[in-house]
Amino acid sequence: MTLNPRHEEGLFYLLAAIGGLVSAIGIGAALYMEHSGHVVTGMNNQVVWGLPHVVAIFLIVAASGVLNVASMGSVFGRKLYKPRAPLSGLLALAMISGGLAVIMLDLGRADRIIVAATHFNPTSVFGWNVILYPVFYGVVAVYLWTMMERRMYPWMKVAGYATFIWRIVLTTGTGSIFAFLVARQAYGTALLAPMFIIMSFCWGLAVFLVVQSTMYAWNGLTLPPLVLQRMKNLLATFVAAVLYFTIVLHLVNAYFAKNIAFEYFILFDSEFAGMFWVGQILLGTLLPLALLFNPATASKALWVNVAALLVVVGACFHLYVFIIGGQAFPLDMFPGYDVKSSFMDGAVDHYRASLPELLLSLGGLGIAFTMTTIGVRILHFLPQDDLAELEAATRATD
Amino acid sequence: MTAPQTPDRNPRRAFIAAAGAGVAGLGFAAIAPGLHLMAVGEANAATEARKAGTAASPAVRWGLLIDAGKCAPGCTKCIDACHTENGVTEKLPDPRQNSQWIRKIELVDRRDGRKTELPMMCQHCANPPCVDVCPTGASMKRADGIVLVDRHTCIGCRYCMMACPYKARSLVHVPLTEQNPEVPRGQGCVESCTLCVHRVDKGQTPACVESCPEGAMLFGDLNDPSSAIAKRIASVPTTQVRADLRLNHGVRYQGL
Repeated sequence: MTLNPRHEEGLFYLLAAIGGLVSAIGIGAALYMEHSGHVVTGMNNQVVWGLPHVVAIFLIVAASGVLNVASMGSVFGRKLYKPRAPLSGLLALAMISGGLAVIMLDLGRADRIIVAATHFNPTSVFGWNVILYPVFYGVVAVYLWTMMERRMYPWMKVAGYATFIWRIVLTTGTGSIFAFLVARQAYGTALLAPMFIIMSFCWGLAVFLVVQSTMYAWNGLTLPPLVLQRMKNLLATFVAAVLYFTIVLHLVNAYFAKNIAFEYFILFDSEFAGMFWVGQILLGTLLPLALLFNPATASKALWVNVAALLVVVGACFHLYVFIIGGQAFPLDMFPGYDVKSSFMDGAVDHYRASLPELLLSLGGLGIAFTMTTIGVRILHFLPQDDLAELEAATRATD
Repeated sequence: MTAPQTPDRNPRRAFIAAAGAGVAGLGFAAIAPGLHLMAVGEANAATEARKAGTAASPAVRWGLLIDAGKCAPGCTKCIDACHTENGVTEKLPDPRQNSQWIRKIELVDRRDGRKTELPMMCQHCANPPCVDVCPTGASMKRADGIVLVDRHTCIGCRYCMMACPYKARSLVHVPLTEQNPEVPRGQGCVESCTLCVHRVDKGQTPACVESCPEGAMLFGDLNDPSSAIAKRIASVPTTQVRADLRLNHGVRYQGL
């Protein structure tokens, strides 16, 4: 189905307006939090990072992962992915902008964000971010330039390599935010750095698939079956890899006596257990795998998109269990003792996100959505496949 | 048992610093030429007691020894004194959002049901995780071992709260009024026990120590072998909470 051009233009403005409104509401919520203090949030001195951090980290991790599509073309030489590289670059910039906006607007003193640039602590992973994120913007912007400006074509491969290396560094940094924490049982393992990288591959590709399908449908096009087949196989591989890392992480934790109580809590005896088994494992992992491997569904774009959307839903559960669940479990300061205090020592925290937090989080999604919508409208991001060349390349590969 | 002292510049921090500096070096010079990395917490050596205009001395290591056996059940005098001294007076509907610079923890030994109470606060680590993770260097360790937050450069990211193994830090969740001029606090900033640094610099002891009717808290210079605290630590078994982390605390416990 192709939209009437007049309706199509109206629909674009409507979507851009909705995205802008959601973004504006999110910024308004942040101003309210800034004015009133974090007392208006559900966060407290035990669960210090809440829903905004779940959403922001999803956007940041997926932003670096979505670039994998471009890397498949320029670094690994896969022809199928080359026409998709510009869209992957745009999505990366849009999502990281949404994620960073949420993180920065949630700061206790968001007005002092410039201090993060003028006072630098080299031992802090957050400090590294002051370098990691601006450079990420820079390399992706240059990469997009080399892809969209004919005179810059010779530099495309170099820019592609630089982007690929930097996105690996960036996601290593995101995983290390938690890997370097010695205080809480849920974190403090080097496994988190590579795990975040594979999570980014998975979530980024899932987002890419959904956006790509939407753009094809908007333009009345159908994704070539060969492209669908290749990309759904890659997604299934990444989903399985995340499952593998999840299993290893929990097995290692459960092997240490000091972490058994936490593992029992997060997997079986808390509000997070249901989110883990139903949200992360069933909806976000097993169901997508079934859809992507079952021949009856795997060949249909609709079901591949359903699987990709389920992966995104599962990612949100994954991060909620990891970030909120990891903080809700009490610090184990006195092994062998039952403890209690006026500061909720020894007690499980029951965090509930407040409305301003929810609106701020949605605002981040709104920023990413608006940037993507406007970007694909004003610049040429729709993948153009040369099917004959693709099939020839596929035969050669096979 | 007292965990062995570890040198302040341990390999982990040195490695992280080197790795971080490497990452920083790739882009920082290009982004902000002319800016200098600040060595927070370092100060010129001073051998005398602290006077106005002189830097804190690295020859001193201020510390506390808390005798849990003397800590009276139900007594909150140290908490009251601390919060009065430092102007920590706000009472929020959700107690989890209140600032608590010091709190009483009740312990029940699972083996024999023995009950113990003790005050818990910032442990003033020699290798503080909060200082390692702070992106702006607002979390800092003074030369004399007191761990502080610079309220002018704290951006309220709460990474230090994630990193502290003792839940010793609080975020100020509301706008504040009527503060103690000697103890600046601020909405959106993280804070914790300062070991009453403003009193210590005047030659006084922390408010909690002064208020304890049982004399359960002993304050002094851990580096001075002739100080009462150093003598006591040398003569009785003492504990550092989560000594497995090798953070080398300024606050030690007796009778645990």
